[in-house]
Amino acid sequence: MKFKITFWRVLFVVIMILGAYSTYVRYFRGLGAVSNMNDQFPWGLWIGFDCLCGIMLAAGGFCISGAVYLFNVERLHCIIRPVILTAFLGYSLFIVGLLFDLGRPWFIWHQLIYMNPHSVMFEVGMCVMTYTTVLFFEFLPNVLERFHLTWPLKIVKAVMPALIVAGILLSTLHQSSLGSLYLIMPSKLHPFWYSPAMPFFFFGSAIAVGLAMTIFESVQSAKAFGRHLKLPVLVELGGALLVALWVNALLRFEDFFHRGMLPKIIKPSYEAYFLWLELLLAFVIPITMLSFRKVRLSPKLLYLASLSAILGFVTNRLNVSITGFETWAGHHFVPKWTELMITVSIIAMGFFVFSIAVKYLPIFENEAPHAPAEAPELIRREIPKPSHVTT
Amino acid sequence: MSKGILYDSTLCIGCKLCEKACAEHNGLPYNDGIAAESKQSEHKFTVVLTENDHFMRRLCMHCDEPACASVCPVGAFHKTSAGPVVYDVWKCIGCRYCMVACAFAQPKYEWGSLNPRVRKCIMCPDLIKKGEATACAQACPTGATKFGERDDLLKEAEDRIRQNPGNYVNHIYGKDEVGGTSVLLLSAVPFEQFGYPSVAKVGDKALPELTGRVMEKVPDFIPLWVLVLGGVYWLAHRKEEVAAAEAIEKQGGVA
Repeated sequence: MKFKITFWRVLFVVIMILGAYSTYVRYFRGLGAVSNMNDQFPWGLWIGFDCLCGIMLAAGGFCISGAVYLFNVERLHCIIRPVILTAFLGYSLFIVGLLFDLGRPWFIWHQLIYMNPHSVMFEVGMCVMTYTTVLFFEFLPNVLERFHLTWPLKIVKAVMPALIVAGILLSTLHQSSLGSLYLIMPSKLHPFWYSPAMPFFFFGSAIAVGLAMTIFESVQSAKAFGRHLKLPVLVELGGALLVALWVNALLRFEDFFHRGMLPKIIKPSYEAYFLWLELLLAFVIPITMLSFRKVRLSPKLLYLASLSAILGFVTNRLNVSITGFETWAGHHFVPKWTELMITVSIIAMGFFVFSIAVKYLPIFENEAPHAPAEAPELIRREIPKPSHVTT
Repeated sequence: MSKGILYDSTLCIGCKLCEKACAEHNGLPYNDGIAAESKQSEHKFTVVLTENDHFMRRLCMHCDEPACASVCPVGAFHKTSAGPVVYDVWKCIGCRYCMVACAFAQPKYEWGSLNPRVRKCIMCPDLIKKGEATACAQACPTGATKFGERDDLLKEAEDRIRQNPGNYVNHIYGKDEVGGTSVLLLSAVPFEQFGYPSVAKVGDKALPELTGRVMEKVPDFIPLWVLVLGGVYWLAHRKEEVAAAEAIEKQGGVA
């Protein structure tokens, strides 16, 4: 196979080299050396982005499998495999991220023996662990089909409805519990974001972002892997996204109203700017865009509306985990470059594994007609030789 | 009966002997440089703050229902019946939720260590077991830091305010904050000046209740949600059954 140097390959190698250096700093110099976390900010970018946002961005898995298998929306069936792959990858990478963030990652298994059922973190940990296992089995048919293992495939397909229900149940629990994590900090988290309704916000935003990410991904992978883009699928998702955004916006408004926050959020302040940014990106722009039929029927505009919503909810979670604590901590939090590089290389790793999986497994199989000739050619453009992977 | 510490800042002369005794008892370094540090850290579990001739100690409050113990996924913290909130390092996975959850920001981290521990005042449980006072209380030359039964100390604090109302702000910090703490504080100036969150902010109920209210619903929620999801599945797939029935009817089958 001829190896061509492209921008993306060079970027990937650079990211991996910097990521490898940051990994060295993390495990041989400690958390204080690799990140800007300190006693005022015990949770930095890794909890704020890798954990809170990562889990939200991987929510497409339970949203779409729920729509397809429970609500019987047959039209979405053709995207279930790439969506499950994304979710499985997202959760696996989240666990990788956790191994960087935990101070004593070699004791991560303690969760299984020293259980504290009062801890929200314990609940999140158990749910994420179980759900990643469920996602593994939801993903397994791809591998079994690839190697023509008929009878194990039959077993997995037979228990699939149970797996789907388990997946949705576990997702409901831990997506909302990520919000419950912050319920115990009423005196620290800024009142713009501290609310007794945080579990509902986190669950609601997971559904909105799950839908938005699916649109984003479908358009993106159509471009990257030369897949045929199914417009009816996007239109269906776009409509659902509009409804999900309205529900989220209404919940937020009711919360601000009942807590008497409305007069405060319109006054300019450091926190207000970040809140405005979040509300603009998550609600104002995508809701306005999606209200037009023209937008709902255009893949490009749907893509932009989804991107705006995704960025908006990412801003929201970073506000909850970082901006909202800056006043209490008395200083701003900006991640150190090595801290950022670990996050970036985990994401880059995700893209890499996704393209490998698409190349070797029947991920787009039920998107007839499957064209094995075109995919590898396109992938070669995207990824470097595996020998260049340094992490 | 549960032990406690009463710190009366009006009796404090700012000699920092409590800091020194604390460091020695916990095997921590202590020198002029560390004495000059005005914030707590992994090597300084207690600090005497100075502001306009007023002193104030910061130390773990040893909450009756500690947030750190409730949030820890592996239960590395627990409140002992004697009063101290202690830490089992061998359980800790290093998630640092205790640090984020503590309203008084007491747990500190060994950020430079490759096998880091959470560090905080643990109220000398070894000394208490022997029937002695905590190291800081033993070292205090003026009685500003006093060790004893929490109930007795609370009565004494009330008496001191009653006898010298001009000397104190009319508040015993730790009596009600976060549902009560083993450490009680008296001061001539508002506690907020020294970074203590007001009772209006942290409330007079135990913080774990805030998450407990949600967590206790989980066991009831699971069967309910499974039923709802199953119901949705059944309803959504019923149209296939209906279609099948219609097909039978068309063929003139069962009518």
